[in-house]
Amino acid sequence: MAILVVAAHDGKTVRANVANAVAAASQMGSDVHVLVAGSNAGEAAKSAAALQGVAKVLQAEDAAYGNWLAEDIAPLVVKLAPNYSHIVMAADSVGKNVAPRVAALLDVAQISEAIQVVSPDTFVRPIYAGNAMATVQSGDKIKVVTIRPTNFKAGAGGGSAAVEQIGGTGATGLSSFVGAELSKSERPELTSAKIVVSGGRGLASGENFKMLETLADKLGAGLGASRAAVDAGYVPNDYQVGQTGKVVAPDLYIAIGISGAIQHLAGMKDSKTIVAINKDEEAPIFQVADYGIVGDLFQIVPELTAAVEKK
Amino acid sequence: MKVLVAVKRVIDYNVKIRVKADNTGVETANVKMSMNPFDEIAVEEALRMKEKGLATEVIAFSAGPAQCQETIRTALAMGADRGILVQTDAELQPLAVAKLLKAVVDKEQPGLVIVGKQAIDDDSNQTGQMLAALLGWSQGTFANKLHVADGSAEVKREVDGGLENIKIKLPAVITTDLRLNEPRYASLPNIMKAKKKPIEVLAPDALGVDVAPRIKTLKVEEPPKRKAGIKVKTVAELVDKLRNEAGVI
Repeated sequence: MAILVVAAHDGKTVRANVANAVAAASQMGSDVHVLVAGSNAGEAAKSAAALQGVAKVLQAEDAAYGNWLAEDIAPLVVKLAPNYSHIVMAADSVGKNVAPRVAALLDVAQISEAIQVVSPDTFVRPIYAGNAMATVQSGDKIKVVTIRPTNFKAGAGGGSAAVEQIGGTGATGLSSFVGAELSKSERPELTSAKIVVSGGRGLASGENFKMLETLADKLGAGLGASRAAVDAGYVPNDYQVGQTGKVVAPDLYIAIGISGAIQHLAGMKDSKTIVAINKDEEAPIFQVADYGIVGDLFQIVPELTAAVEKK
Repeated sequence: MKVLVAVKRVIDYNVKIRVKADNTGVETANVKMSMNPFDEIAVEEALRMKEKGLATEVIAFSAGPAQCQETIRTALAMGADRGILVQTDAELQPLAVAKLLKAVVDKEQPGLVIVGKQAIDDDSNQTGQMLAALLGWSQGTFANKLHVADGSAEVKREVDGGLENIKIKLPAVITTDLRLNEPRYASLPNIMKAKKKPIEVLAPDALGVDVAPRIKTLKVEEPPKRKAGIKVKTVAELVDKLRNEAGVI
């Protein structure tokens, strides 16, 4: 049976993590379809059709789908579900909101944040903030799975799947979208950035994060933070890397003034290369860092910023 | 209106967990257990609604072994009015908990259910959304701010790129994110008072809910360990390593 990937998008293109979800879905079966629901989602549907490994794109047009309200999207997915063995979504704020609602309506369990597909019914997923890995097997007929995008390598693209128009299911009227307050940033998005610069409590103030912004901009990096820095009000919550925030796995992760609490490590320890800058040489972050410098970040960061400039 | 909050008994967030030697799970014997931190936020939010006169009664729900009474007592000590425990030693997965909650909601008819967005043990992040689905209610997940008035709720939600505002019809299910509030500590007099508050104990069968697990855990293992690297002395050395050894800048 085919597999349905439910894609979030911005109206023009599907989110980058849809390619990761398609890659994961391809390991569960060969016939991967992508559902692109929206109001005026033609462009996004085309972008899904170009993803490698996609056999068909279903485009559902309905004014109700404009803002990804779970109450309105879930009935559409549920309607399509009987044709599929798996429903797959990226474990981002859309997938986490929608997938469990779909699963419950289908009376099936949901597998959260799979990081590995062992077989079509068996998955590995982190539990206890990544301090243990559980291999779990689903006994349900339809498997609803969210996948952690950083664990599945996106295909190269170049696909040319057909786009099929399907009808919408209308609005339930249970909820409505009022508005968004999105962080404006020229920097790469955290979860897809090749380099991430993150700051922690050691920065001592929100003002001092400017220093990291300069470094991030020099490196073309995304900017993140530990939960401690978010709790202290230095930066907004969408900067948060960790178990309760975002999970990142860039080529280079630079942790500055971050001690390395378990919950932070859970969000970044799959990074290829980790650099830690901390004044406390006993900080747990050094236990996962490839390269560490013990010292005053207020001295080291400007030095580093100057040094990366010189090629 | 009544507000129902769900509280889960989990290994305390400060405990470093150990995977069992036979790979069947995580060691829970003789380990400190506490209320799931996101659920504390749920209790706090409900109590604030009661203090503002928006809620008439706060009911704390839990499901699991008899010891979950302690978790409910914690909620009662914070200020909840009474507790309901669905007692079972069976493994409970999110869909089963959502069904138990639904049965209790059908009985108690709360106007709002507030639950933590995820439990820090299985990290599922499912129960609230599943409950909303089963009830046919709206859901305000990952709430950063909650404003209840006139049969609806405005919810500010934590989403990938920042925050999002939605308006949902009541009754509804809210799931809490970290910044919604800072939970209070229970005072000693309130801890004493909580001992006298009632906890109703029910069995899953009595609620007509089949809690059989749908997902089988085949094994639980330690994550691959990352080896500590080296410490460098200077920034120049670091940049050299990043450029020429790791090749990442």
